[in-house]
Amino acid sequence: MNEKRMHAKKWQTTFFLIIIIVVTYLSTSITNFNLIDGMLTIPAAIGWMFSNLLITQDSIAKMPQILEKLGETIFMSIAATTLAAVVSLFLALMGSKTTKVNQFFSVIARFIASFSRNIPVVAWSLILLISFGQNSMTGFLALFVATVGFLTRAFIESVDEANQSSVEALTATGATYFHIVSKAVIPQSLPQMLSWILFMIETNIRSATLVGILTGTGIGYMFDLYYKNMNYNVVALITFTIVIAVIVIELLSNKIRKVIL
Amino acid sequence: MEYVLVNAYSIFPIIQKGVCSMSLLKVEELSKLYDGETRVLKNVSFEANAGEFLSVIGPSGAGKSTLLRCINRMVEISGGKVKFDGIDVGAMKKKELRKLRTNIGMIFQHYNLVPRLTVIENVLHGRFGYKSTLQGVLGRFTEEEKERAFFLLQKLGISEHAYKRCDQLSGGQQQRVGICRALIQEPKLILCDEPIASLDPNSSKVIMDYLKTISTELGITCIVNLHQVEVAKEYADRIIGLKEGEIVFDGPSKVLYRDQIEHIYGIESRELITV
Repeated sequence: MNEKRMHAKKWQTTFFLIIIIVVTYLSTSITNFNLIDGMLTIPAAIGWMFSNLLITQDSIAKMPQILEKLGETIFMSIAATTLAAVVSLFLALMGSKTTKVNQFFSVIARFIASFSRNIPVVAWSLILLISFGQNSMTGFLALFVATVGFLTRAFIESVDEANQSSVEALTATGATYFHIVSKAVIPQSLPQMLSWILFMIETNIRSATLVGILTGTGIGYMFDLYYKNMNYNVVALITFTIVIAVIVIELLSNKIRKVIL
Repeated sequence: MEYVLVNAYSIFPIIQKGVCSMSLLKVEELSKLYDGETRVLKNVSFEANAGEFLSVIGPSGAGKSTLLRCINRMVEISGGKVKFDGIDVGAMKKKELRKLRTNIGMIFQHYNLVPRLTVIENVLHGRFGYKSTLQGVLGRFTEEEKERAFFLLQKLGISEHAYKRCDQLSGGQQQRVGICRALIQEPKLILCDEPIASLDPNSSKVIMDYLKTISTELGITCIVNLHQVEVAKEYADRIIGLKEGEIVFDGPSKVLYRDQIEHIYGIESRELITV
């Protein structure tokens, strides 16, 4: 019996492997993608990157302009995240099982959260681009909406995880709903919430570049501009500064996280 | 006694010496159903006088915690009445209920403090019942309240930890913070839900001594849920034995004999109790 099952399992593995190979083959032949051809272009692509994406003396001259746009992008991300955090806090308190005022608001808060979360930030910026036009407000709103969705979800979990026993104790002293939320629930979930906000600032700085390309604002717009002008030296410098900025901010937020947790 | 709360009457102007021994709490035919079917309490009736030290004993699941939480309506009452100071608790509206809860302190097995806040903040939480929403959210406490908080911490021997975070304290110290939080409410009644169940014998003794002092010196009624029969017999004036949601014993702790303990806990647990 056992032996039989083992044989069956062996066959199952082989069977699934065959299926995967067939599916891969079919999809490559439908999309005309040739794996070997693709691999062969990699050395050429790397060679092109090294010969074209060079930071030259000329491109360094653009540095002040790049830094200004980079700063704009970073501050927009921070502003969008912090504002979204305030809205998310209210939505999360309404949505959480432990602090909800009633079922109706809880469902609404959760619906808003999942609706704005499940549409990707790229889609949001394209949708908002149509209605708000090409300006920094559009980029800001796109980041804001997507962040509200994500942070609300994360905050609801932080609030739910907070220790219920102190809520019980404060209720027993005759404390009001707002007393309990402000003095028992928030102090307990605040470190986690701050950690999520920092994470979202990092993420938003990354996506702000992409959103900038789409909505024509910030560093993303600059990237797009020089890219289309085939001024690859400046493109390289922009990419480099973005990478540095993202790394610096990640290191910073890790430091902050260590202090608050 | 070592831990005497001196000058207690001057800090608690509400509580006067020689409180009349009328019944403070009256529980009549109280019953509680969970989910409309599980009967946790069946026709529980008893009275508690001012300044009385009452202990509720019984096996796990007998309904001890539910009984306490029906008194300050942390759980809704299904049947019967609870009268505190002659007023029906079950019929209270939100505002009256808040006022009731300021008069009833509560102490928990797991202390139920906010672990990330300091000791003094946790003690002052006991004043929320007297605060408006805005005052409470902004943390506006009067000098008098702060002084009283320090006074209580001093009396319970933990004033040197006032600015420490609660999660840095030992279990016994945390429970003392819990007692301070209950006392600063200026309650007439303190409900203790297994106050020593997670403490070592030494801390347990300290906590029980404090609770006894509170009832004798301050005239605050204490209703204490306990697992340990010996502790109940040593400290309580009166013991209520609860079994499967019903009162099977109610009388002075002196007359609680072995056969009654066996009846409350069931014959099988006899060896464990007497150890």
